[in-house]
Amino acid sequence: MILALVITPGYYLALGALLFIMGAVGLLVRRNPLVMFMCVELMLNAVNLSFVAFGEAMGDLGGQVSVFFVLVVAAAEVVIGLAIVVAIMRRRPNVNADDLSVLRG
Amino acid sequence: MDDLLFLIPALPLLGFVLLMLGGRRLGEPMAGWLATAMVGGSFAASVVVFFGLVGRSAEERVYEQTLFEWIPSGELSVSFGFLVDPLSITMALFITGVGSLIHLYAIGYMHGDENFSKFFVYLNLFVFSMLMLVLGDNLLLTFLGWEGVGACSYLLISFWFTDEANASAGKKAFVANRVGDFGFMLAMFLLFFNVGSLNYSDIFLSLLGDDVIAQSTATAIVLLLFLGAAGKSAQFPLYLWLPDAMAGPTPVSALIHAATMVTSGVYLLTRMNPVIALSADWAPDIIAWTGLFTALFAATIAVAQNDIKKVLAYSTVSQLGFMFVALGSGLYVAAIFHMITHAFFKALLFLGAGSVIHGMNDDQDMRRYGALRKAMPITGATFIVGWLAISGVPPFSGFWSKDEVLLAAYENNVILWLLLLVAAIMTAFYMSRLVFMTFFGDARWNEEHDAAEATESVDADAGVHPYESPWLMWLPLVALAGLAMAAGVLNLPFSHDTKFLETWLEPVLFGNEVHVGASSATKWVLAIIAVIGGLVGIVAAAAVYLRKRLNPGKIELDLMAKGWRYDEAVSWFMGGPGRKAFDAITWFDRRVIDGAVNGTGRVTTLVGGRLRASQTGLVRTYALAVVLGTAALVVYFVARTSF
Repeated sequence: MILALVITPGYYLALGALLFIMGAVGLLVRRNPLVMFMCVELMLNAVNLSFVAFGEAMGDLGGQVSVFFVLVVAAAEVVIGLAIVVAIMRRRPNVNADDLSVLRG
Repeated sequence: MDDLLFLIPALPLLGFVLLMLGGRRLGEPMAGWLATAMVGGSFAASVVVFFGLVGRSAEERVYEQTLFEWIPSGELSVSFGFLVDPLSITMALFITGVGSLIHLYAIGYMHGDENFSKFFVYLNLFVFSMLMLVLGDNLLLTFLGWEGVGACSYLLISFWFTDEANASAGKKAFVANRVGDFGFMLAMFLLFFNVGSLNYSDIFLSLLGDDVIAQSTATAIVLLLFLGAAGKSAQFPLYLWLPDAMAGPTPVSALIHAATMVTSGVYLLTRMNPVIALSADWAPDIIAWTGLFTALFAATIAVAQNDIKKVLAYSTVSQLGFMFVALGSGLYVAAIFHMITHAFFKALLFLGAGSVIHGMNDDQDMRRYGALRKAMPITGATFIVGWLAISGVPPFSGFWSKDEVLLAAYENNVILWLLLLVAAIMTAFYMSRLVFMTFFGDARWNEEHDAAEATESVDADAGVHPYESPWLMWLPLVALAGLAMAAGVLNLPFSHDTKFLETWLEPVLFGNEVHVGASSATKWVLAIIAVIGGLVGIVAAAAVYLRKRLNPGKIELDLMAKGWRYDEAVSWFMGGPGRKAFDAITWFDRRVIDGAVNGTGRVTTLVGGRLRASQTGLVRTYALAVVLGTAALVVYFVARTSF
């Protein structure tokens, strides 16, 4: 018997939550700036997924629209963030995030 | 014809700008002639506007001309406009008329001064400010003029500022005036708060309605305005700057401190007569009694002064007191009438005194004058006209106006009248003393020199040789003497038809003028008593100073010469308890107010110093804080919706 697998929004939300937690944990435990950066992107896209899922479930286009905003902001953020990361890496190769504490109060 | 209106203040302003830019290049005497021409042009424009006004019917004699909106700001909208009515145009006429004569005189008087053109810069600016004061259609514009004349007064009193005494006299005038200005400003705030406008016609229109302002508010406004008027018009207790203001050049004393600026308080209270009408009954009484006290007080001081300009200064304070008595008694016409005649004869007396000082090589001490009428016939003759006018001898102008003021006092209160009559007799006395000491008796100007000559060998040609002033100086004297003689015709009391000024001013008084109830027989008796009083003063002075029946030292008490030590008392108070109060305020400011400000900064620095430890600079710590914070928020919202 073929189990008819009905895909409800709950699945998407669960996936989104999973991705988000992966991103958050990655951000907290890794020290490589580039990897931390990728973790942030993961969290952003987890949220995007939730937006789309909610938008579909409620029949509201607002969810989709929000995703566009997030994408645009994320793109801008990537540009600046990567530029900073590259600049740091050039000056101090193999540096990790914990070494960068010049902004200590 | 109304198009010429803006020229009245614009011409002196133009003169001010031109002289400011090119006055030094024009030099003497062209700078003076330019200034005189500007004020003269302004006078011509005033005459044209005046006749335009005469041509209208009585109801149409009040109109406004707005040039532009000056301060548009929400509910407060102040326009830059002129209010033309019989009162303002009368003021403009005598300001520009007397002003141009004094400008002419100043060309001769300031001859040879190194700052000749600067003097006329200030003088033109003064005339402009004074015209803004009287022509402005709202209180703020009047206040602009009010401050402008104050600033010019300061600049002109300390015109010869290299002398310490002159500079501090200017400062004194400025500070005393600030006290009055503070009252003026508070009155403006109160009026705007209650009526919502600063425009004269709007204020008067809204006052016609019932209960627009309470009686107590109106009283407060009147008293505050009176404080302002007392500062500018040198009434007790703020009069003490005026005698010191004589440090300025004599044309300034004549124009600013006798004819025009010091009368602006009288103008202001006359202008605001509808508010006075709404105030409590005792408010005008305060004005009248303050005026009376000032009139008497200043007259006693004038009796004992030896500086010719000081006598005239105290006399001005005293005469201004007369005007305030009339204002407080509700006879505004009498106040304005006396203001106009006073402008003529007091300007004449000051200019005459200036001519004497000029001829006596800048000596102002009357004890070294005497018999000058022979040396200066024109100055002497015109001065005598001014003397008879101020003493109240008919038919000179001063008699008519002073009679009206005395009638006003009689109508108000018999004691007020009696005391004012005493002041009038003293006026006749000290003015006669001045005239007898200056123009009659023995020539005393070379006594010291002759005494020196007898003992030592001093050059016989040295010493003082009084001489008549040039025509530039005596021409204004003659013109003013004519006015001082004839100005009484403005308001002859014989019938209603000869009271031109009263009929003319009717539209601006809104029926607030008190109507004299005394019978014509009473008026005759009062007038005869006033004339006899004036003659008694003159005869008494003749007995003391010409016939020497009495040692003058018995009249000229030391206490009076020192102005009842009022000046010293104020200095003592300000230097002693006042100083301590200021120190206490300074201490409060430094410790409490500045302390609060600095304390805020210090606490912030301290707390910041502690808190900065939490900024580790580790990105992952911040990330953890954000995650934990988000988790906490999620828990909070879930908990709130679930339970």
